[in-house]
Amino acid sequence: MAGTLIFSENPALVLELATAALEMDSGPVYALVINNGPQAEKLSNHGLAVLSVDEPGMSSFDTAGCAQAVAQTAGQKDLSMVLLSSDRRGKELAGRVAEAMHAGCLTDVKGFSLEGGQLAFTRNSLGGATLATQAIKTPAQVVAVSPRAFAPIAPTATGSIEAVKINVPASAVKLVETRSKAGDTVDLQAAERLVVVGQGVEDQSDLALVEQVAQALKAEIGCSKPVATDKKWYPEERIIGLSGKICKPALALILGVSGQVQFTVGVREAQVIVSVNNDENAFMNKIADYVLVADLKEALPELVRQLG
Amino acid sequence: MNIVVAMKEIPDIQQIRIRNRKPVTDDVPRTLGNIDKNALEAAVQIKEKTDSQVIVVGVGSSEVEDTFKEALAAGGDEARLVVWDGELESSQSAQLLAALITKIDSVGLILFGEGSGDNYSSQVGSRVAQILGLPQVGYVNRIEIEGSTARVTRSLEDCEQDLEVALPAVIMVSSDINTARIPSVTQILKAGKKPKEVLAANELGVAIPAAQVETISNLAPEMERRQISVKTISDLVKALADEGFGGGR
Repeated sequence: MAGTLIFSENPALVLELATAALEMDSGPVYALVINNGPQAEKLSNHGLAVLSVDEPGMSSFDTAGCAQAVAQTAGQKDLSMVLLSSDRRGKELAGRVAEAMHAGCLTDVKGFSLEGGQLAFTRNSLGGATLATQAIKTPAQVVAVSPRAFAPIAPTATGSIEAVKINVPASAVKLVETRSKAGDTVDLQAAERLVVVGQGVEDQSDLALVEQVAQALKAEIGCSKPVATDKKWYPEERIIGLSGKICKPALALILGVSGQVQFTVGVREAQVIVSVNNDENAFMNKIADYVLVADLKEALPELVRQLG
Repeated sequence: MNIVVAMKEIPDIQQIRIRNRKPVTDDVPRTLGNIDKNALEAAVQIKEKTDSQVIVVGVGSSEVEDTFKEALAAGGDEARLVVWDGELESSQSAQLLAALITKIDSVGLILFGEGSGDNYSSQVGSRVAQILGLPQVGYVNRIEIEGSTARVTRSLEDCEQDLEVALPAVIMVSSDINTARIPSVTQILKAGKKPKEVLAANELGVAIPAAQVETISNLAPEMERRQISVKTISDLVKALADEGFGGGR
């Protein structure tokens, strides 16, 4: 294995990928930066060997062009391992880069180990019901690593920037407008404490009480998928679970979630899990450290009073 | 134009049981991925505005024809399916689907869900786009067709991008793009009469690449928790405080 190319548009995730790459110990590590001089500078100052592409004809929102940039850079530098971030941008890119490199690919990778001398990666499978350990058998490998699975790399004084020339065909995608998702840009994956609203919270008016509980515990609020997509009480950014955020908080206080695996995969790595549910047989209770069987309509005001 | 919707036949995740940490998928009925149904609904809504045909494509077990009946009932006009008994990974599915799609004329849009219901690896749409040399946009929650262009919105963690994509293109939709319709009994009955082509993989004329990924193990994680039952809110608040999670603003 000749070396590793890491790429994410998010500089914080690049630093996590750098840690993963170093731990995999697969030769030299290069960070690709596309059309972003300041980010190249920043990552090089942090100690990374940056390969910088400056190609006015291509744009980060065009996945086809980005995939070409990643694949061509890896080819030019003879780097057989590509690490991408498993956020939405990185996941969309992963399959295309892999196909361009004739590489096997795994996404949402949470960790790795050495099995018989080969790298084996862990990721959730079957909707989160199982944890699969998988190895890639092709010479080139593309791996998208989940945010927060690795700590950011510590700064060193060994950074560098090298310009790379690539050849990308004209883009078939045009950007009309970008809107930041202002107003609700909570980072649930960074939260130390989470209060999670499930369908057991029956009235939207009770969310004010949930807010007070969260404030008292200095927690962020997340929710199960139906609470965001069906009831629309919270934006989808707050969904916890397989199709939302996978979190590792110190505390997860779960209010009225039955505990289907597609949800529990998002909190099961919490240090302490508390489940409050009116159904004593809820699956959520079985994977909780503390279980209170109670009607949330009555429990919430009391919880606010006693925590306040 | 023809709108192709690629859907995945998966075991019904809700019915998978775990025995000795191993998933038991025998006798679990086959179904279609939930987000795939959103992709189909998006196609049907575009069809209603643009005089298009919706062609559903998929790869699946010997029951694949049955599994995809629901897609025809929910608005697909025609199904092109490949039977493949056994495991298929993303790179192999992508080759089979790309070969199926290549045989369809005047394809304007190829729709996928953002991730399958079982593996959720989100690779196949991107791989098909690369194989066919088409532009792609993922995580799309709005599609409008204007002539030979699709105006779409891609929803990322921190922003939304309004994009214009030249057709034909591969679009992968998020579940929040729409609420997929549930077909009526009459529609399900009528679906049996809609055109279906079911091929064996070797009839497609494409070489299926060897598996690129090896699964070493696939086990339910051990989740040992204390399951301490607390009777009252004050017990719970005390337990939280003892764990170092005190309240107080």
